[in-house]
Amino acid sequence: MSDRQTLLYLDGVSVSFDGFKAINNLSLIVGHRELQAIIGPNGAGKTTMMDIITGKTRPDEGEVFFEGAIDLTRLDETAIAELGIGRKFQKPTVFESHTVWDNLALALKKPRGVFSTWFYHPSQEDVARLDEILDIIRLRPRRDALAANLSHGQKQWLEIGMLLAQDPKLLLVDEPVAGMTDAETVETAKLLKEIARTRSVVVVEHDMSFVRDLAARVTVLAEGSVLAQGSLDHVSADPRVIESYLGR
Amino acid sequence: MITKTLLRALDGKALWVLAALLLIAIAVPASNLALPSGHPLRVPDHFVPLLGKYLTYAMLALALDLVWGFCGILSLGHGAFFALGGYAMGMYLMRQIGDRGVYAHPILPDFMVFLNWKELPWFWYGFDMFWFSAVMVVVAPGLLAFVFGWFAFRSRVTGVYLSIITQAMTYALMLAFFRNDMGFGGNNGLTDFKDILGAPIQAGTTRAALFAASAVALGLCFLVCSAIVNSKLGKVLVAVRDAESRTRFLGYRVERYKLFAFTASAMMAGLAGALYVPQVGIINPGEFAPANSIEIVIWTAVGGRGTLVGPIIGAVLVNAGKSWFTGLFPEFWLFALGGLFVAVTLFLPRGIVGTLADAWHAMKARHRPASLEEGSPRPPKGSARMDPSPAE
Repeated sequence: MSDRQTLLYLDGVSVSFDGFKAINNLSLIVGHRELQAIIGPNGAGKTTMMDIITGKTRPDEGEVFFEGAIDLTRLDETAIAELGIGRKFQKPTVFESHTVWDNLALALKKPRGVFSTWFYHPSQEDVARLDEILDIIRLRPRRDALAANLSHGQKQWLEIGMLLAQDPKLLLVDEPVAGMTDAETVETAKLLKEIARTRSVVVVEHDMSFVRDLAARVTVLAEGSVLAQGSLDHVSADPRVIESYLGR
Repeated sequence: MITKTLLRALDGKALWVLAALLLIAIAVPASNLALPSGHPLRVPDHFVPLLGKYLTYAMLALALDLVWGFCGILSLGHGAFFALGGYAMGMYLMRQIGDRGVYAHPILPDFMVFLNWKELPWFWYGFDMFWFSAVMVVVAPGLLAFVFGWFAFRSRVTGVYLSIITQAMTYALMLAFFRNDMGFGGNNGLTDFKDILGAPIQAGTTRAALFAASAVALGLCFLVCSAIVNSKLGKVLVAVRDAESRTRFLGYRVERYKLFAFTASAMMAGLAGALYVPQVGIINPGEFAPANSIEIVIWTAVGGRGTLVGPIIGAVLVNAGKSWFTGLFPEFWLFALGGLFVAVTLFLPRGIVGTLADAWHAMKARHRPASLEEGSPRPPKGSARMDPSPAE
């Protein structure tokens, strides 16, 4: 189990809400520096799976291990975030009454205690790192704009920038290109591929051309468990996948 | 690092507020004491404690604003912390009476003699010393807030549920303090004070000194709040207010931040209560009444929550209005207060200061060259807005 190649390991995870099995005996492995795409029809359990990994939902049964030995089912959201798992939500959630800069500064990997944030002053490296992220997400001209005034696509990018600032080992990205133009979508795929060179990224997405751009291993979820795994071409040729998802 | 944080707190706006407070801390007592009676510029004697009372209310509103305006915790029980600070001060003042009470008992306050108590309850020990009482003024409310907040925030009680239990807390305390066997004077509370720090409490000079102390304490609280909201800590608090669960996923222990803000706020409220009691001359369980706590919320809303100047202005204006209005039509004050709250909620949702700040920023944006900023509909929020400049 504690394979050196494995960053995240889910085995036999099940969770049900009011008798409805949202996740049913799900097993999944994410390797180090792996880019993995997860697709599946609505209600397949994609977001619930992310909730379980990030500590928002506790599984009824099954194991969730990070870096081999850390049992995520015993930790809460904050502790899991501290371990190095960052999450981008389906609906972009940025801090609307803060500026773009402050959003990134809040996410920047720094001590999270009350008094260390009270007496925090950004060092030269911190400012340089934030500037670098601003360039990556192309929001430098909007640096001092309130996040509330960004376009939907810009908010998505800001949230990806916040993930970068957190410097996590694993990024969970839920529908990053919803509401983006085609050009932005292509750029986002490039960005995520770039990020996956140094850390692991799991992307949940509906947009097939985007998933193709990612050129990643694809996991198909349906009714709470893994239906198929492999390249996009491989899974889209699978008759069960066609039946449950692509054929609709 | 701490000095740097303090310097950051002293931005332009904060300096103006502090200067204004210092000015009135000197001007009001000076005019009352130095000018001959009947002089047009003299602040009349009865006005000094009245204005001092407004300043303690302003501190209370500022304390509430720290948790409500900046952290999104709508406390409907802040009057409890104010009253606890007031009781701590009241206990000191009672013990200063000594044998000058009606029953002339050397140690026991009158109400204890009246109830046939033979000795001082343990929790009255130490209150003959000013320093001990001064510590309890902030420790007692702070401890209550810490314990209350520890359980409430850890169980993730938020929103209206939290408001309801804070209200229940102050109501329960009111009922407890009404009981004679609690040892706090029952429904009469603590009164008939004689001295504070050896000075007669009714004397003009003592009242002037208490006024000045209130203005200085308000300035200090303002400085602390400013140091909090202008730091990264303040940004985390606003983040908690706007998107609590997102903040958690960023790795912040939200409950600790809330606990810090709530406890700090309760301590400021306690200090306000301690300055209030010697100026009005009485503290009784009525101060715990839920309606009092709701009034604090109204002051803050009227002035503008989420700004630091707003609650100060709101508390002073509403209470000045109350003094004037209750003199003219006493039975209509509560209707006026309710109407005011409805009107502010409908027409000035950001309060007086928030609305003025919006107008000011909108005007500035119009005069700016159009090339600099395009399509920025919502101006930054008053003093709640953090300085985004990292260059320090």
